[in-house]
Amino acid sequence: MTSATLRHTAYVLRGNPVTLVAGCGAAFLIAIAILGPWIAPYGPTVSNVPMALQPPSAAHWFGTDQLGRDVFSRVLVATRLDLAIAASAVSLSFAIGATVGAFSGYAGGRLDRWVGRFVDVLMAFPLFVLAMALVAALGNRVENIIYATAIINLPFYIRFARAEVNVRRNSGWVEAARASGNSHVRVVLLFLLPNVLPAMAVQISLNLGWAILNAAGLSFLGLGVQAPTPEWGIMVAEGARFITTGKWWLVVFPGAALMTAVLCFNLLGDGLRDILDPRMRT
Amino acid sequence: MSLAAAIARRAGRRTLSSIPALFGVIVFTFLLMRVLPGDPAVFFASGPNAGEAEIQMVREQMGLDKPIPQQLLLYLKDIATGNLGRSMNTGQPVVTDLINRLPASLELTFTALLLALSLAVPLGILAALRPNSLVDHGVRFLCTMGVCVPTFVSGLLMIYAFYYLLGIAPDPTGRLDVFASQPPVVTGFLLIDAAIAGEWESWAAAASQLVLPASTMALFVLAPLARMTRASMLAVMTSDFVRTGEALGLSRRRVVLVYALRNALLPVITIMGIVFSTMLGANVLVEKVFSWPGVASYALDGLLTSDYAPVQGFVLLMAFIFVLVNLLIDVLYGLADPRISIE
Repeated sequence: MTSATLRHTAYVLRGNPVTLVAGCGAAFLIAIAILGPWIAPYGPTVSNVPMALQPPSAAHWFGTDQLGRDVFSRVLVATRLDLAIAASAVSLSFAIGATVGAFSGYAGGRLDRWVGRFVDVLMAFPLFVLAMALVAALGNRVENIIYATAIINLPFYIRFARAEVNVRRNSGWVEAARASGNSHVRVVLLFLLPNVLPAMAVQISLNLGWAILNAAGLSFLGLGVQAPTPEWGIMVAEGARFITTGKWWLVVFPGAALMTAVLCFNLLGDGLRDILDPRMRT
Repeated sequence: MSLAAAIARRAGRRTLSSIPALFGVIVFTFLLMRVLPGDPAVFFASGPNAGEAEIQMVREQMGLDKPIPQQLLLYLKDIATGNLGRSMNTGQPVVTDLINRLPASLELTFTALLLALSLAVPLGILAALRPNSLVDHGVRFLCTMGVCVPTFVSGLLMIYAFYYLLGIAPDPTGRLDVFASQPPVVTGFLLIDAAIAGEWESWAAAASQLVLPASTMALFVLAPLARMTRASMLAVMTSDFVRTGEALGLSRRRVVLVYALRNALLPVITIMGIVFSTMLGANVLVEKVFSWPGVASYALDGLLTSDYAPVQGFVLLMAFIFVLVNLLIDVLYGLADPRISIE
């Protein structure tokens, strides 16, 4: 990072403290994801039936669930799984989507048309419904939630990379790279992809929030993550049974954790866009 | 060429161009059926107790012993004749179940869409007319939060607030209270059926069941709609024709609501496709939260009990509806902006 970029970043952050807060929030979440199991005061799956369905107290900050498990510990420990699912899904679709999109945009012609058609078919499905169907087809397991979330994110990366590479493919520095003897594959991977990467970073951050929502939605429906595993979506699903009798803490705390995570990554994405592309600032 | 003819031509052209996408959707669901766990012949047979001989017969009948391309043709024929298999859970043909349950889902989705639009558009206009005012910041806050709260959490919180704490919402299960009388089925939309029959008590009961799930869904799609209205309204308000209108002494109301709004709504119409896709997804979660007897909860029940024929039927139906909605949006866009119909 050059000093000009640093100065620009500092300037944007001064004018937009929300981004700084969101960045700190994201860092905090990642810290909890790493440290969660060690800082949790109780075991996340240790039940204590006499203490079932207790409201929040000094001993149990977020209350206890129907088996007497500590909701605070479960929310903390769940952070790792939720973030890991979203992060692996997004990196998978980024890696595949950016490569496919970049090559397709660079090559043009028939390959580009077929890729475009494939994206159109994917986009013809309501995406969450497609994810449900994919989990059904691949089998009800956690890794399939990752694949399903990755596949429904794919169209955005393909389109994005395709459009960005398409406008650059005939620019002077690409011609120069080709003229000095680089193969097409080298031109795409070493010259074009790094050039569109900053713009895609924004997409990644915005997509992370969306991926967290989708993955949690799937496990709320009972797909993927199975019962005793602490995970925000499934915790809300279990708490849902007690909401009509007023046991709010079973839904509110995992729900708030989900919301915080999505909010941090969304705001961070908006902030990144401001730093990287001042024209898009709103 | 007259305008109506131009719009009709455009609609026709768009219908033709959506055929590849539809075909892709069918091929995709076909492939999905091939990779689904379990033997398709088993669930297309009468049920889990079907004998070996019957399964073998169904297998031959369905052509599962034939090569894949030929099977695809058979699948296309099945879809064309409305044969989507039979649900093991209900024992009914999937098509019958879907037709019976679709109105519940559509009623929910359309009410939510209407609710979201009637809130988002005025809010977006207000925010755009006074940038950086309290209203603007309020709308921005609402939009930022709206996309972050998962529908299943906001739905449950609404149940907690309005059913448990305030006691003003009815028991959040199903479309109609068990004590309310069911109006005779005409369209399947309870609000319309009750209105036709003149049973206003049932109408009120159905409406009160609908308010919470519809608001939950509306809240989730409020953000993109309001944000887009605000952004395009802001852009339109600085354009030449607005300045001209103001210079000519037209009232502010006329300039904003007649000239600016019509132009500002064009980008809003274009994002309706994405919004609708989000809504069909959110529909699944909301139907689960409120035990809504729609197509999504039907498919979900199937999914969790390894009854796959309803799942395929549902996915196919959703994709068809989505393609249809995109077509409709396209036609609407042509109506709202006649320039693009005449080249």
